[in-house]
Amino acid sequence: MGNNGREPIIKIAGMGKSFGDFEALKNIHLTVHNGERVVVCGPSGSGKSTMIRCINRLEAHDVGTITVDNIDLNENTKNINAIRREVAMVFQQFNLFPHLTVVENLTLGPVRARKMNPADAEVLARKYLERVHIPEQAEKYPAQLSGGQQQRVAIARSLCMEPRIMLFDEPTSALDPEMISEVLDVMVELAEDGMTMVCVTHEMSFARKVADTMVFMDAGEIVETASPEQFFSAPESKRTQIFLNQILQY
Amino acid sequence: MVVWMKLTKGLIAGLLITVLLTGCGANWGWYVVSPSTESGRSNLKFLIDGLGYTIALSICAIVISIVIGLLIALPGLAKGRAPRTMNRVYVECFRAIPILVLLLWVYYGLPVVLDIGITAFWAGVVALAISDSAFEAEIFRGGIQSISKGQIEAADSIGLSYYDKMRYVILPQAIRRILPPLGNQLVYMLKMSSLVSVIGLSELTRRANELVVTEYRPLEIYTILVLEYLILILIVSAGVRWLEKKMRADEQ
Repeated sequence: MGNNGREPIIKIAGMGKSFGDFEALKNIHLTVHNGERVVVCGPSGSGKSTMIRCINRLEAHDVGTITVDNIDLNENTKNINAIRREVAMVFQQFNLFPHLTVVENLTLGPVRARKMNPADAEVLARKYLERVHIPEQAEKYPAQLSGGQQQRVAIARSLCMEPRIMLFDEPTSALDPEMISEVLDVMVELAEDGMTMVCVTHEMSFARKVADTMVFMDAGEIVETASPEQFFSAPESKRTQIFLNQILQY
Repeated sequence: MVVWMKLTKGLIAGLLITVLLTGCGANWGWYVVSPSTESGRSNLKFLIDGLGYTIALSICAIVISIVIGLLIALPGLAKGRAPRTMNRVYVECFRAIPILVLLLWVYYGLPVVLDIGITAFWAGVVALAISDSAFEAEIFRGGIQSISKGQIEAADSIGLSYYDKMRYVILPQAIRRILPPLGNQLVYMLKMSSLVSVIGLSELTRRANELVVTEYRPLEIYTILVLEYLILILIVSAGVRWLEKKMRADEQ
């Protein structure tokens, strides 16, 4: 399953999470290895987003354990901050800071959270803008960019934290169709460079292209974990088959 | 430039009303404040000299109330019950006390309780600031709550501390939204500063009252007082609007 003897970097064991009476996640077990690309899919409301949001503690899990790079994720603020330095998140709604220019969006984290000096941070920011192919937009405000460009800025902002792991929470779901490929292209390049990625997405052609491991979730559980070849050609679970039939129909 | 035109229009309207009133057959005696006589000039100067206290009082009070307001608003946004309760108690208590009552209590009561002396000026600042801070706290809370959750999550995920998150992400966005109600509060504060006249601070209203006692010309003197507040507040409103426009221009 693509781990090729590599080090496990994210270990989730017996993890669960409830919102009031609603059990959003049940008994989640997942191990992600260094450099592995995991694509998580499943019907809406199945807990995919909640699961990856637990990995950098945007949601707090109730039971079980999450370990990132051997750091235990619990209410200890020091651990949370240490993990957030290694794990970057790209959101469905981009969540760029609208009152800051693109380059200010990119340098805020390095300067404030990593105490980098502003000049170095700007060099870093421009390097990553180059990498997402929009160096010319550096001085603009987010509202002046297209959705696809905004999402690429958001990816660059995450990269500026020089993370070891990147989480993507449906990064193309809020985009107009013609902008999806420019974002996926950037993500494919990241994958090719060996970034560890956990990606919630419905883009199955992207998944086929980059995933080492496919995870299918339904009703708060991981139903199936498989290599993409097996996942798309011969899924074990009935629920996975139904889901794939639905989304691959057209 | 538009704001200055509006300001000028307001002034002209104010003066027109004055002139009209003068023509209404009442027995006006503008000589008390006539710039062409020695005593008129000195009376005018006496009235206008109150501006210093009125402005200083309002500025001190608004600055302090913004700081306290923010410090009270933040616990109101916390997850825990205790800080939220603290916020509610503060806001509900001080919002319920009339400013005049609070002022009298701070001036006559507080020195006894704490065994300190307090000048009318600082009693005024404290009373206005505390009373106003309860309203500011609600304005801030509303402004901060209106910032989308995604902004907070993005700030968290790039590892910003609570302070940095507030300072660089949340407050700069919230401040744009709360500027109009904040401007309102400033105007309100300027007007309420007239209450401090009752404890003897010689600001605009107090001076007008004193002059009325010696000159027996309430109509003219209070008309001047009205115009003084009108001009002051039109200038402040113009300033707030200018600031709003400037901030909006920054965003795009």
